[in-house]
Amino acid sequence: MNQMLRKKPLLLLGALLMLSGIAAAQNATLKGKILDETGSGLPGATVQIVGTDKSTAADANGNYSLDGLTAGAMKVAISSIGYNRLVQEISLVGGANTLTFRLRPSSVNLDEAVVVGYGTAQKKDLTGAVNSVNSKDFQSGNIVSPEQLVVGKIPGVKITSNGGAPGSGSRIRIRGGSSLNASNDPLIVVDGVPLIDGGINGSANPLNTINPAEIENITVLKDASATAIYGARGANGVILITTKRGTGNALNVEFNTVSSYSVPTGYVKVLSPEQFTQIVRDSGTATQETFLTNSSTDWQREIFRNAFSSDNNIAISGGIKNLPYRLTLGYLSQQGILKRSELDRFSAGLNLNPTFFENKLKVDVNARFSSGKNFFADQGSIGAAIAFDPTKPVNSDTTAYGGYFEWLDTQGKPNTLATRNPVGLLNQKDDQSTVNRFIGNVKLDYAIDWVEGLHAIANVGGDFTRSNGSVYIPATAASAFTRGGVDNTYEQEVDNKLLDLYFAYSKELPNLNSRIEATGGYSYQFFSRFSPARPDINALGDTIVPAEFNSLTEKSLLSFFGRVTYNYKEKYLLTVNVRNDYSSKFAKENRSGIFPSAALAWRISQEDFLKDSKSVSDLKLRLGWGVVGQQDGIYEYGYIPNYSQGAITGQYQFGSDFYYTLRPDPYDPDLKWEQTTTLNAGIDFGFFNNRIYGSLDVYSKKTDDLLAVIPAPAGTNFSNNILTNVGSLENKGFEVTLGGVPVSRGDFSVELNANFTYNKNEITNLTKTASDTNDILVGGVSGGVGTTVQVQSVGYPAYSFFVYEQIYGSNGRPWAIGPNDITQPLDTTESIYVDQNGDNIINEKDLIHYKYPDGNFNFGFSANMNYKRWSMAFVIRGEFGNYVYNNVNSNRGSYNAVGGSVKALNNLVEDYLNTSFRTPQYLSSYYVEDASFVRMDNISLGYNFKPFYKDRIGLRATFGVQNVFVLSGYSGLDPEIPGGIDNNFYPRPRIYSIGLNLQIK
Amino acid sequence: MKKLFFKTLALTTVLSLTLTSCFKDLDLQPAYGLNSQTVYEDPNNYIHVLAKLYAGFTMTGNNGPAGQPDISGIDEGFSQYTRVLWNLQELPTDEAICGWNDPGMPEMNKMTWSSDNPWVKGMYYRIYFEIAQCNEFIKETSDAKLAERGFSESDQARIRQYRNEARFLRAITYYHLMDLYGKGPFIDENSGVGSFYPAEKSRTELFSYVESELLAVTPELGSPRFQYARVDKAVAWTLLARLYLNAQIYTKQGTVLGPPRYEDCVRYCDSVIQSGAYSLEPNYEHLFLTDNNLSSEIIFPIVCDGQFTKSYGGTTFLVHASVGGSMQVANFGIAPGSGWAGLRAKKNLPLAIDTADSRYLFYTTGQTLEINISTTFTNGYAVTKWKNLDRNGNPGSDPTKTFVDTDFPMFRLADVYLMYAEAAARNASNANQTLAIRYVNDLRERAFGNTAHNVTSITPDDILTERMRELYWEGTRRTDLVRFDKFTSSSYVWPFKGGDVAGVGVSDHLNLYPIPSSDLTANPNLTQNPGY
Repeated sequence: MNQMLRKKPLLLLGALLMLSGIAAAQNATLKGKILDETGSGLPGATVQIVGTDKSTAADANGNYSLDGLTAGAMKVAISSIGYNRLVQEISLVGGANTLTFRLRPSSVNLDEAVVVGYGTAQKKDLTGAVNSVNSKDFQSGNIVSPEQLVVGKIPGVKITSNGGAPGSGSRIRIRGGSSLNASNDPLIVVDGVPLIDGGINGSANPLNTINPAEIENITVLKDASATAIYGARGANGVILITTKRGTGNALNVEFNTVSSYSVPTGYVKVLSPEQFTQIVRDSGTATQETFLTNSSTDWQREIFRNAFSSDNNIAISGGIKNLPYRLTLGYLSQQGILKRSELDRFSAGLNLNPTFFENKLKVDVNARFSSGKNFFADQGSIGAAIAFDPTKPVNSDTTAYGGYFEWLDTQGKPNTLATRNPVGLLNQKDDQSTVNRFIGNVKLDYAIDWVEGLHAIANVGGDFTRSNGSVYIPATAASAFTRGGVDNTYEQEVDNKLLDLYFAYSKELPNLNSRIEATGGYSYQFFSRFSPARPDINALGDTIVPAEFNSLTEKSLLSFFGRVTYNYKEKYLLTVNVRNDYSSKFAKENRSGIFPSAALAWRISQEDFLKDSKSVSDLKLRLGWGVVGQQDGIYEYGYIPNYSQGAITGQYQFGSDFYYTLRPDPYDPDLKWEQTTTLNAGIDFGFFNNRIYGSLDVYSKKTDDLLAVIPAPAGTNFSNNILTNVGSLENKGFEVTLGGVPVSRGDFSVELNANFTYNKNEITNLTKTASDTNDILVGGVSGGVGTTVQVQSVGYPAYSFFVYEQIYGSNGRPWAIGPNDITQPLDTTESIYVDQNGDNIINEKDLIHYKYPDGNFNFGFSANMNYKRWSMAFVIRGEFGNYVYNNVNSNRGSYNAVGGSVKALNNLVEDYLNTSFRTPQYLSSYYVEDASFVRMDNISLGYNFKPFYKDRIGLRATFGVQNVFVLSGYSGLDPEIPGGIDNNFYPRPRIYSIGLNLQIK
Repeated sequence: MKKLFFKTLALTTVLSLTLTSCFKDLDLQPAYGLNSQTVYEDPNNYIHVLAKLYAGFTMTGNNGPAGQPDISGIDEGFSQYTRVLWNLQELPTDEAICGWNDPGMPEMNKMTWSSDNPWVKGMYYRIYFEIAQCNEFIKETSDAKLAERGFSESDQARIRQYRNEARFLRAITYYHLMDLYGKGPFIDENSGVGSFYPAEKSRTELFSYVESELLAVTPELGSPRFQYARVDKAVAWTLLARLYLNAQIYTKQGTVLGPPRYEDCVRYCDSVIQSGAYSLEPNYEHLFLTDNNLSSEIIFPIVCDGQFTKSYGGTTFLVHASVGGSMQVANFGIAPGSGWAGLRAKKNLPLAIDTADSRYLFYTTGQTLEINISTTFTNGYAVTKWKNLDRNGNPGSDPTKTFVDTDFPMFRLADVYLMYAEAAARNASNANQTLAIRYVNDLRERAFGNTAHNVTSITPDDILTERMRELYWEGTRRTDLVRFDKFTSSSYVWPFKGGDVAGVGVSDHLNLYPIPSSDLTANPNLTQNPGY
């Protein structure tokens, strides 16, 4: 562009001279290079002289050449899929001309094909709330599982990782959770194969078996009009993952490596040895003082480390005759910052997309295999490190108990009630597993010749996992001393088989100015989960509990679905879906569920008054309604009156013999689907050729016949609580996305993208009778037995905190039963909590609903900058209105936690200095803290080297940091805690990564 | 066209064939385990279902000590029948205090419980779990059903006996409901399972029901001590005696006591004693050791076993929770460091027992008699009654010394003696007054080893104190105090009664526990007890 600006006056002069001089037209040629935003050549770009039929395509290196042109002024149009079409005025001289053009990636490509259920649709024809993220917009750095690629990128989708352990999973919520006891997780589909729900024994996260490097696109279906085609499994949204395919015939090898260095970002604030000693001397008994010693150990620093990771992938793609293929091999080795934790994963993926019979039969074969080896570090060491006496050394003077200092009783045996040595816990437990997983499918798409536009499609696939693991603790370790160590193994097989048979039909109706598309068919899935019985054995070979029962659960889902899309004049769109599911989890009478949906869209930008507008490039109004079901996450046989056998340890004696027991289990013969009805209204817009784009969605989701465990009327069933359909839950909110390319000048461009979500969650009914409310206590915490801090109540968000209202003194500190502070009650019978009902007793009736863990507001902000060969990107996101119960402080923040009756000493957190609580106050509202935060998820810098060796080898280097900073008022280690209860959370590290990407053509 | 027709036909046939097989696949059953039909088809399964009915009093779920719990939403160790019963019957009395801060626990000591109290809920739901199980078994073992299944006559007779035992177990459970809560929803074998709202029976109605059930099954039960731990005639007679002794309270209308039934009490105590099957254990301490199954004094034991009947309640709870301070674990047969340091005696208890009495089983080293801080274990004498040792000092069968072998004596002969004596002291016309005094002296002679402490006359109040000395920490105290109108009154207090360190009187409505608010919500046919 710069060259053009300089040469333009000259050329114009030249042309004028020529024109004024010689009237005859002169021949000219034009050649050059088409570049993408990183400065590499853009293969296949089309270069056309506007108004003529002279066009050509750039070669594999982006070079193009056009002959037979006429010198003079003209317009040239350059286009390529995924890039904004560039139209430029140029002027050619006679003879050779060289011009290089640079294309910007289009943030919004309306012709892009987006995967929807059982098919694809063009982005401009979408009627539902659907967001699609391509690989170039994924988060970068050390990414172990697929959901981490889109954190903060999609409005309405909240992804919270479960912690910093290698391979740990994430809690994914799309538009708030819509269930209480059934699963709140969205359905995840990989290349058309819906994945198993639930966990896998031996794996921290079933998704970490899928290599993110193989993923091309992640599309999220958010409202019922989009997810209804998935019927029974669509209530929480659907995430469609598409893997990379081979493209064309040229052989392409890509090698990618990322090396990372993880460091802890902070530690829980506990008392120093000096502070601890002082407090025990001031407030402790004489016995407690005798337990103090002189060492100084920072236990948290003893168990955490800086860790290395390395992720290597090689992808070979190309085509052999008519068979495009892509083969990916990857190896990840990730260490965790908790010592001894590690995940090593080998993965392989193969995609073949041959076509036969002159493209009449298209075959897609996708296969992904991974084998992961997990080394789980004992996470109990995190809690132990916070609690352990800082005046003790790590090692003792003896070799007993592994040589670690342990609290002993008067006979030299481990004190079973004292905290165990954290380093001892870490080093003496070998907890390993191997998880092998295969996800694959074969899809046949046959164009039926006797009906034009009709395709018959068959998809056969499956998701198979075989896992096994072992736990070993030596008999000398204090943690398993009384039972003689642990030497156990476990195994599990989880299978999911899929068969889809359906047809797809599309027809243009030119006399009606419309297009009609239809899909219909059926899908059958069968799931099974098996683990063999295993005994509980100690390290000396004794059987503690013999192997008893194998476990096998199976479930199946049979569905019929259909969708019709009607497109009138490319302006008015109507989509109607119906799905009928039959689930084995319910009795015959309740088995069938019908899930319909309908959506309308109006492409206002195609109307005559806007069609040729230069400023408005896209304006679409969408309205959708749908009903979807939910039945995942509950017991497979909940409607059958089963009898279960008691274990060998649960027998009863008659005379001199013991008899095993048979017990009827609770059941609800009327169990059925949960139904979620969603209404969605949205506007998609784009201005100035989509230089500014965005969308606004408003939605309301109502779940009825909520599957919840509620108290049954006493005596009417075989337990006090049964799983039954009761109650309703609502989520209402709006989502805004705004993005654009504010700067696009020569070699420099900036693209920004922001999304903002507001969601309000409320339980609207929890009883079968019209009256009152059932309060279901949930949210167990560490400390006390059976202490819960959350509740499900009508009129409040799910999992609201249910605590006593703390009274504070004039100095802002909470009242405590304690000495010396004149703003605290001196009379020990005066309550430190507000007596809500004025009856002078503080009991369960004085608990209040106080805040909730899922904040109403979420936002994400991404920026991408390119300058010549340099690029930089960062992602910031945040949440407001979320609260976290600080269980670390409530458990270790009172003097009682030093452990009077335990004959040992336990450390306290620094928060104790603020509260001076003598006894633990688990139910104080003081511990429910505002955890609103702003976090920079990652920032990265990349450089694209000039291609060498005849432009056939490309090299790109990146440097990035993840978890750069967190701004929050929360006093604990990390404000982002899934579920809202902070209890010995495995901290998220800061990760520094260097990556190299090598492409060979 | 023909080609098209055949092609379409082929396609549809293939599709429908795959479909029909898939529809059948929707009827899935668990691969392992029985269901309500298959269980009752085999006569050999019945004893195992019966075993669960008994196990409802000792286990908390299918696995020992925890796992596959019977009731949910409450910690398993907190939901065991005899443990919750003990807590409700002992902690708000003059006999015991617990120092833990677990939810709802301090309220038991102080008598400040509400209808959301976890112990109140735990007992209520444990009672109804047992009732529901018994109902199911009784329904499936009706004469008609047994005949229809074509079992042999001997099998039918055997199963009929099981049914009678199940009816007893249901009756004693309703008895506990009536004693603790007064009234409650009523369900029997005709009620069915599923969604319905049972109607309430008042306390008087429940009294009549328990009485009629016991009178109906008692003649059919096995003879006394026909098999260890099984319900026999003597067990039923003892419950009847207990029922009649407290009848005036159970059939109370407002503040007016019901008609006295002391003659019936005497009659059934007599049946037990005259059967000759029971005699006092010579050494009092042996009643609370692992080999107490050898005793001929225990009428109805609830089995606990260190290997095969494990829970964190029962006697495991009683032994561990009582050990703390400077007590030596070896003297209780439990693992080092495993004392839970919770339970101690309120001063009324040791003060009532003479130190020369062999029933004086307290640990006083480092313990104070007075309790100023309820949570400090060394406040209050510790009680050494319950142990995981046999009479020779050997610990129980659990190699980890966690789970206790000692069976819990729900009914024993000493209790029957004292019931007889009390009914006599209350002027039952058929009571033999000399025999009544003889029984009391038998207990005192066993306690002191000599006749120096015998009595020549007894008043009901004397019996109340003697019951404390003999039966303390066995889960009967609250019922006794209520019968003597001393549970809530200000005339007789103990430490922390009403939350006051010295003890104060409390409102009379606390003589009954509240119906848990969760059941009031779930069942609109229920009403709450007055005062809650």
